[in-house]
Amino acid sequence: MNDMRPAERAVTTKDIKFECRNCDVYYGDTHAIKDVSVDVEDKTVTAFIGPSGCGKSTFLRCLNRMNDTIDIARVEGTYLLDGEDIYDKRVDPVQLRAKVGMVFQKPNPFPKSIYDNVAYGPRIHGLAKNKSQLDEIVEKSLRRAAIWEEVKDRLAAPGTGLSGGQQQRLCIARAVATEPEVLLMDEPCSALDPIATSQVEELIDELRENYSVVIVTHSMQQAARVSQKTAFFHLGSLVEFGQTGQIFTNPKDPRTESYITGRIG
Amino acid sequence: MTDATAPLPSSSHRAGSSSLMEYDAGTRRRNNAERRFRAYGLAAVAFGMFFLAVLAVSIIRSGTPAFTRTVVQVDFAMTQQQFDEAEKSLLKTKVYSGLFISALTAELQERGLDSTFDEAAIERLLGKVGGTIREYYKANPAKLGEPVSFSLATSSRVDGYLNGRVKRDTLQDSRFLMASDLDLVDRLEEAGIIHAEFNWPFLTGGDSGVDNPGGAGIGVSVVGSFFMMLVVLVLSLPIGVAASIYLEEFAPQNWFTDLIEINISNLAAVPSIVFGILGLAVFIQFMHLPQSAPLVGGLVLTLMTLPTIIISTRASLKSVPPSIRDAALGVGASKMQAVFHHVLPLAMPGILTGTIIGLAQALGETAPLLLIGMVGFVARGYPGGFLEGFVEPNSAMPAQIYTWAARADAAFYDKAWGGIIVLLLFLLTMNIVAIILRRRFERRW
Ligand SMILES: Nc1ncnc2c1ncn2[C@@H]1O[C@H](COP(=O)(O)OP(=O)(O)O)[C@@H](O)[C@H]1O
Ligand SMILES: [Mg+2]
Repeated sequence: MNDMRPAERAVTTKDIKFECRNCDVYYGDTHAIKDVSVDVEDKTVTAFIGPSGCGKSTFLRCLNRMNDTIDIARVEGTYLLDGEDIYDKRVDPVQLRAKVGMVFQKPNPFPKSIYDNVAYGPRIHGLAKNKSQLDEIVEKSLRRAAIWEEVKDRLAAPGTGLSGGQQQRLCIARAVATEPEVLLMDEPCSALDPIATSQVEELIDELRENYSVVIVTHSMQQAARVSQKTAFFHLGSLVEFGQTGQIFTNPKDPRTESYITGRIG
Repeated sequence: MTDATAPLPSSSHRAGSSSLMEYDAGTRRRNNAERRFRAYGLAAVAFGMFFLAVLAVSIIRSGTPAFTRTVVQVDFAMTQQQFDEAEKSLLKTKVYSGLFISALTAELQERGLDSTFDEAAIERLLGKVGGTIREYYKANPAKLGEPVSFSLATSSRVDGYLNGRVKRDTLQDSRFLMASDLDLVDRLEEAGIIHAEFNWPFLTGGDSGVDNPGGAGIGVSVVGSFFMMLVVLVLSLPIGVAASIYLEEFAPQNWFTDLIEINISNLAAVPSIVFGILGLAVFIQFMHLPQSAPLVGGLVLTLMTLPTIIISTRASLKSVPPSIRDAALGVGASKMQAVFHHVLPLAMPGILTGTIIGLAQALGETAPLLLIGMVGFVARGYPGGFLEGFVEPNSAMPAQIYTWAARADAAFYDKAWGGIIVLLLFLLTMNIVAIILRRRFERRW
């Protein structure tokens, strides 16, 4: 009896980060997400794939309550982060977003210096007691985002002056600077060239050691390269969810098979 | 076999294909249309510049006389004994003017010029000289016995004669100026006793009576305008920006906010005189705020400026890309932090532009000020202090200009033009400050 308990707890509180059940999202009358249930594991990269418009971004934005900012969006269902309902009335979405960071499709650095871009999150959350601690956080975050070597000599230069790939890595550095537990990435490579893409993909693989990463992508190759779990969405429904290897080599649903073989797109 | 290897006909030899070296009909038409459009644009700009130049030249030409005045400079000396005697006599100022006349005559004779004139002529030319001299010595008794050089401003008609507005052949003798006085003026000019100088009192003085255009100054009403603009800025900028931020970033989108939006747009188009009568009814008759006070003027103009500021602030908030808000919210900033740390700084140049347009409109507004009693003739003296500046009766530049322009004496017409130059300079200063501030904000990328 006693031997069983640690294993049980490991499953419910450590391994599963997000537990989403019967989730529905409506934009006015549009039913964008239909009865989706997904578990996101800790220290794992989970990929959401599917044809465009199928609701991947919408579902991702439910996980840090970014849909709250859209007036017409209505979110239903249960979303448990470490067993706590993130849509509970007592939860402050701002606090949630500090725990669940986000990287957007289009690189969107603040029109401020590179340093200030990364330091902004730690500053507003009071993560650094003094300047040297803040410097440390900035350097660590930029190193994690694999951009430190390129920008260490021009931290005071504007973040908007970097190239697209550098901007996206800066945004990743900004997101990890607040020490989130989950990192949501919405097509982070869609605006990047192949070299920058492979840099970001390497980075995602490294981030997996510390975070739970959820990545939306329209590139199946990317999903196959970086993720351990894959969820295939189609027309707002979750068609199939499982080990990435299984989804790509042995899909159970004919729709998944059509999509990965290029017949739905 | 031979068919497959035969070279494809080269495209330049293909029938009907055109060369890139020649324009086809469509290209030529398009290029002509473009050239015509550029010519129209250039003509429009030239047209605008032409009228601007005409405006500038006419303002400067008509306005400069207000900035000069004519003075008669006479060396004068008075002993203690003369002073005591004068003070004992019955018609005191008459004694002083008598002394002045002899001093002036002596000075003319020194230069070999002869002229006879009486006290009445001097009074027509220089006003009540006797009183001026008496007041000077009473205030500075130490100067008795020393030579003093008096600079006495001539009447506006003498001014007009010297700068060509008043003509000798059309002059009709009046109690203000006689043809014979002009001989004296000519004589004085010959002797170099009369000359033009920069009219400082115009910049520093207040309004004068209807019969004394020479003494009229714009300074007091500049101060009135300044205090009014201060009220407008301090009220309309924070209120306008706060309202815009709430409406743009926080308010839900529903019929009520739509209604507010429509109302604000309509308020921006309400004629200013409506705000004036509203101010009269609410601020003066109902709230019993002082009449003619820059505070009330500022309140009225704030009502007028608010819609302008709100509309432009909302437009510039809208133009900040939503990705910036997402980025801030994404790292866990609250909505307010996102707005104040990121959106507002980016919108600031636009907000400043809207503010300066609103303030410039308010600065030039006349009609509402007349309704609340900020007419030109109340601008007689400077306020006693900073706080008094808000509540003591004063006028504003446009109201002062309007008052002058409405007066019968043609000399006030020059003053009105001069006032317009000062008004434009005030506006220019305001704009320059705003541009410098905007540069500051823009430099943050
Ligand atoms: N802000 C919005 N307002 C209304 N409809 C939206 C909004 N965002 C997305 N949608 C709709 O929701 C559906 C899913 O969109 P999205 O989640 O962006 O798809 P994906 O990211 O998979 O391409 C689409 O049909 C889209 O039109
Ligand atoms: Mg998307």
